[in-house]
Amino acid sequence: MKGSEESYRNMYTCMKKIREFETTAMNRFADGKIPGFVHLYIGEEAVATGVCENLRNDDFITSTHRGHGHIIAKGGDVKFMMAELFGKATGYCKGKGGSMHIADASKGILGANGIVGAGHNIAVGAGLSIKLRKTDQVCICFFGDASTNQGTFHEGLNMASIWKLPVVFVCENNYYGISMSQARHQAIKDIADRAVSYGIPGVAVDGNDVTATYEASREAIARARKGLGPTLIECKTYRHRGHFEGDPGTYKPTEEQKAWLEKDPIPRFREFLKKNGIMTEDDLAKIDNSVAEAIKDAVRFADESPEPDVSSVVIDVYSDITEEVRVR
Amino acid sequence: MSSMTYMEAIREGMSIRMRKDDKVILFGEDVGAFGGCFGVTAGMFAEFGEERVRDTPISEGAIMGCAVGAAATGLRPLAELMFIDFMTVGMDQLVNQAAKMRYMFGGRISMPLVVRVPAGGGVGAAAQHSQSLEAWATHVPGLKVVYPSTPRDALGLMLSSIDDDNPVVYVEHKAMYGIKEDVSDLSPIPLGKGDIKRVGGDVTVIATGKMVHESLAAAQTLAGEGINCEVLDPRSLYPLDTELIKESLSKTHKVVIATEETKRGSYAGEIAAIIAEDYFDMLDAPIVRIGALNCPVPFSPCLEQVMLPNAQDVVNAVKRIV
Repeated sequence: MKGSEESYRNMYTCMKKIREFETTAMNRFADGKIPGFVHLYIGEEAVATGVCENLRNDDFITSTHRGHGHIIAKGGDVKFMMAELFGKATGYCKGKGGSMHIADASKGILGANGIVGAGHNIAVGAGLSIKLRKTDQVCICFFGDASTNQGTFHEGLNMASIWKLPVVFVCENNYYGISMSQARHQAIKDIADRAVSYGIPGVAVDGNDVTATYEASREAIARARKGLGPTLIECKTYRHRGHFEGDPGTYKPTEEQKAWLEKDPIPRFREFLKKNGIMTEDDLAKIDNSVAEAIKDAVRFADESPEPDVSSVVIDVYSDITEEVRVR
Repeated sequence: MSSMTYMEAIREGMSIRMRKDDKVILFGEDVGAFGGCFGVTAGMFAEFGEERVRDTPISEGAIMGCAVGAAATGLRPLAELMFIDFMTVGMDQLVNQAAKMRYMFGGRISMPLVVRVPAGGGVGAAAQHSQSLEAWATHVPGLKVVYPSTPRDALGLMLSSIDDDNPVVYVEHKAMYGIKEDVSDLSPIPLGKGDIKRVGGDVTVIATGKMVHESLAAAQTLAGEGINCEVLDPRSLYPLDTELIKESLSKTHKVVIATEETKRGSYAGEIAAIIAEDYFDMLDAPIVRIGALNCPVPFSPCLEQVMLPNAQDVVNAVKRIV
């Protein structure tokens, strides 16, 4: 473990922020404040956090339907995120995207995505763009275990490898594609093994250990920045909630859930920090409080924000064409 | 270089912008040293090099996805799908990603990409290499769709398509690659501007792609019988030049719409619906549509000729309403 004290602090703060955001979203969804679907990242925080701690503002990420954690870790503003979940005019997408479509180009966030497996090739395009613009940026492609059964996974990793693009493919293996367990949806155990097909490095790490995701991605990112091509990192983790809020997750065996809850990445990192004398209980409690405040502020901002003006419904379809709104 | 084929005009349009702007890049299957399956990109590899004229694996989903990612991060990619039929393979990226990103993200991302899709039949390529699927693209808010019918239009529309900050589907008819004309005007043609290819007062024939030429041939025949057709080529399907259509109808009061699409669910149907809804009062006769038969494109030339619409169908249609 070679992280600096600052990076430990950042990572703890980030994981707590994601957990607090998600728990709040869970409660507000239950209250009926959030329409549509929400897919929560609770339990998987160590993946986005460890990886993004190695990124710069000008690096890119592609995300998934379970994207809140990636966006927070890449520097997304929780106020604009929460407002978007509430469908408000001040949200990241002005109320037109919702949970599954949050993006922030100014921070390199190329969007959460409602199509499983759509990010692989968008990341390849970002990688090609970096290569042709001759910068040392990287693009991280986050995706789940089930998306590795889509053809896009194969196409994307193949193209990134033949062109040696600066893309790091980060698989969050949470062991389920909606209700179908990994054991049922593919005949392999380690998704990292699939890297062999593309002649690129593949590593499997404990995705509930933020120091492990940080280390593995640090190496892969450094490799990508040097022009040595992509890496596939598999982070083994677990989602505590159902696929979306409203899914009780009855397909997950109780024993399995219990075992994974014991490996919850946040208490685990907290213990690590205290045990190694990196942070005190007091330091950690301060962070917990400030994060809780920030999320409360975000909810207040979202609550107080106006609904989108209905005339905006046809705006931003094109850069230069706005069709008429139906008269009622 | 004043006389150009349709194919050379497409190539020249791409090359003009690539010479001016390093951010314009081209990729697709065999577009490099091989010069493209039809030869459209011949010589571009030599001029611009392997970085900017890039061969891809046979992975249409990745070609479209790569275009989306590149466009979102500062490039202006030109992607080639070898046949419009292969759009099916890249459809998620085109429809769910490229078309919707600007809107879904609240206008925070620009999507300046062009995807070239060679369409159309008449070359014995059968059911999976001959379709006219432009209506699939026009149906999707967020996409623009152009379909040039002449070398000059091919060049001018290519320049505007590359300059556009929205995803543009550039439909080109593979049986028209050899059509030649003088192209001394190298200026862009704005999207959304149609063109009157022949002036006439008795009936408006709205035609796209190769059907523009079939309609001009029909107009020639009909002129011999004293019927004067106006042939209107919208050139862009979306945005559509409804003003030009209105102007022409205000003169002729009759309209035939001729496209090579299978007739059911065609974009010709959309044009007909717009006319029926907005310009019904101008019409003196029912709207007539000419399209391909509602079956897959067959292989045997004698079957293909029956399936695809031609000049004779336009002549017959005009005679029904004049």
